[in-house]
Amino acid sequence: MNDQTLTQSQIADLRCLAGMIIPASAKHGVPGADDDVIFADIVNSIGRDRDHVLAALAKLQTLAGGAFGALDAARRSEVAARLRAEGGRPVSVLSRIILLCYYRDDRVMVSLGLEVRPPFPKGHVVEQGDWSLLDPVRNRSPFWRQVS
Amino acid sequence: MKDKVDVLIIGSGASGAAVAWSLAETRMRILCLEQGDWMKQSDYPSNGRDYEARVFSDYATSPNIRQRPSDYPINDDNSPIKVVNFNAVGGSTVMYTAHYPRLHPSDFRVRTLDDVADDWPIDYATLEPFFAENDRMTGVSGLAGDPAYPSHEPPMPPLPLGNTGAKIAKTMNELGWHWWPSDSAIATTEYDGRAPCINLGHCTPACAQGAKASTDITYWPHAIRAGVELRTHCRVREIITGEDGMATGAVYYDADGVEKFQPAEVVIMACNGVGTPRLLLHSASGRFPNGLANSSGLVGKNLMFHPWAHVVGYVDEPMDGHRGPPLCLWSQEFYETDRSRGFVRGFNFQFNRTIGIGTEAVNAEAIGLVPWGEGHHDAFRGLVGHRMSVGICTEDLPEEHNRVTLDPVLKDCHGIPAPRIDYTIGANTDRMLDFALDGGREILAAAGARHVHTVRPVVYGGWHLLGTARMGNDPERSVVNSWGRSHDVKNLFIVDGSIFVTSGGVNPTSTIQALALYIADSIKQRLATLFD
Repeated sequence: MNDQTLTQSQIADLRCLAGMIIPASAKHGVPGADDDVIFADIVNSIGRDRDHVLAALAKLQTLAGGAFGALDAARRSEVAARLRAEGGRPVSVLSRIILLCYYRDDRVMVSLGLEVRPPFPKGHVVEQGDWSLLDPVRNRSPFWRQVS
Repeated sequence: MKDKVDVLIIGSGASGAAVAWSLAETRMRILCLEQGDWMKQSDYPSNGRDYEARVFSDYATSPNIRQRPSDYPINDDNSPIKVVNFNAVGGSTVMYTAHYPRLHPSDFRVRTLDDVADDWPIDYATLEPFFAENDRMTGVSGLAGDPAYPSHEPPMPPLPLGNTGAKIAKTMNELGWHWWPSDSAIATTEYDGRAPCINLGHCTPACAQGAKASTDITYWPHAIRAGVELRTHCRVREIITGEDGMATGAVYYDADGVEKFQPAEVVIMACNGVGTPRLLLHSASGRFPNGLANSSGLVGKNLMFHPWAHVVGYVDEPMDGHRGPPLCLWSQEFYETDRSRGFVRGFNFQFNRTIGIGTEAVNAEAIGLVPWGEGHHDAFRGLVGHRMSVGICTEDLPEEHNRVTLDPVLKDCHGIPAPRIDYTIGANTDRMLDFALDGGREILAAAGARHVHTVRPVVYGGWHLLGTARMGNDPERSVVNSWGRSHDVKNLFIVDGSIFVTSGGVNPTSTIQALALYIADSIKQRLATLFD
């Protein structure tokens, strides 16, 4: 999917909502989900979830009584809270798309101490750990049920 | 009939691959029809940055969400647990966690021991050599000496404990409860041409490293080298029988959608506990009006899932987070019956360690642990990398009203009726879940976890599809005999999870494959008198 699938007003509402769900943080040095790069990823990732996204945006417009982005900050917060409470599966799907795109952004991953790469081919290191922890269990007698 | 094969296997997953490989040494002409295609490791999600998102699309566990061309729809609206599977060469082993416990000896004798359900017509000792053979072929990692099991020796060392395993181990030791490194179908060393695990983390939706033992990279290369033919993109519509009541072959649609008939001397069903009854029921004829091999009326009945639950919390210590295979340890502390608990049979704890960072955010947001707006970052950063999760796999007892039938409306892309699932969680299992969730909470409390919450049941948790064509000695109470042959059709065999009499309380793939090897061996031992 690309932004041709959404109207300009839907895109504006979605961007405003994404920025409300995950705002930028100076403390953590990360952009919000309304950042240009992240938001483009969100719009391009709607794909097979199109119907749910459109339903969520329709609900948002209904609750807002028009353009969500045109509301003042206090009213936007109120509408967003109602959307989260009442939006059901369409809003869950929309939230999931926003969150998954956000947490694969290079800047966000770096801020969390992660390498900017997919899992393969480098993989990860997992420590062997202390296998002596198993000693008390090794010392147990067999307790599987005997069957004659 | 120049194209007639000696053995026609339907389905190339866990059981189909094992039976094909084992029978190959007979030099019979063996053909396997698979509705899906070969998968490519270079296409698997963990090759890309969008790897977590693909679990919600082309690598979703539910075929109804995934909707690949190889998938068929399933009407599971009337079930609190949804069917999950994968349709490709390797079947659902392409997309399993590779947690690989065996059923226990007591699982084969539940009527005798606990006065519920039925005993199996075979026992653990019968399967023991086939468990060992399957462990060798699959490449199992683990550690000998578990007091919860009869002795066995996994061929590779166990997966690492990691931070998560160590934390769980200390907690379980404090409680005095059993734990042990899981038998896992994941290579921890170079094994049979496969590379060892590199802790991708995201290995359930297919392993890009090839360390996870899906049968497309374990049994199938050996079977094909031994002469077995595997034909992909072939969806079987029905088994055909002759005037003598014997199976003559199968009608299928090829890659171009062209209807074809494949004649065969022997037909082996390996389509899992939903696909096999679907096909048998759809093979009704004048001679078999209620479906093939269904004189007992039990085809499709007694569906068992293993209802799952999770207890999740967050601890202070850093855990493995997005690193490592998802499962590393099990506990069989409550596996065997203790009637004082208020139920019979038991369950196992499976300790989950891995979750992607984005998926962690989605889950935490969904249950309100991470707010929208101000506070999002601090809340999330306090959780990520600190998850401790206890999975619960409960034994599901057979009940005839839990069943697979043919949906009267829904059809796949070839017009074949979709399976319909009608299922409720039984009272014994419900009580078991109460007890197990209390136990999970106790573990997390002992670990000092916060934000403890539960999931019951895991809705998309219907991985284990069992019991819908059960084995037994009585033709009125079972579909196949003690070595997998249909009571009604003497050249028709079933080798998948359908033939389980009871479910046990552990993941079934190891036992499914051991059963398939046992049935293949039984066929080889009886070749001269196979149809008597």
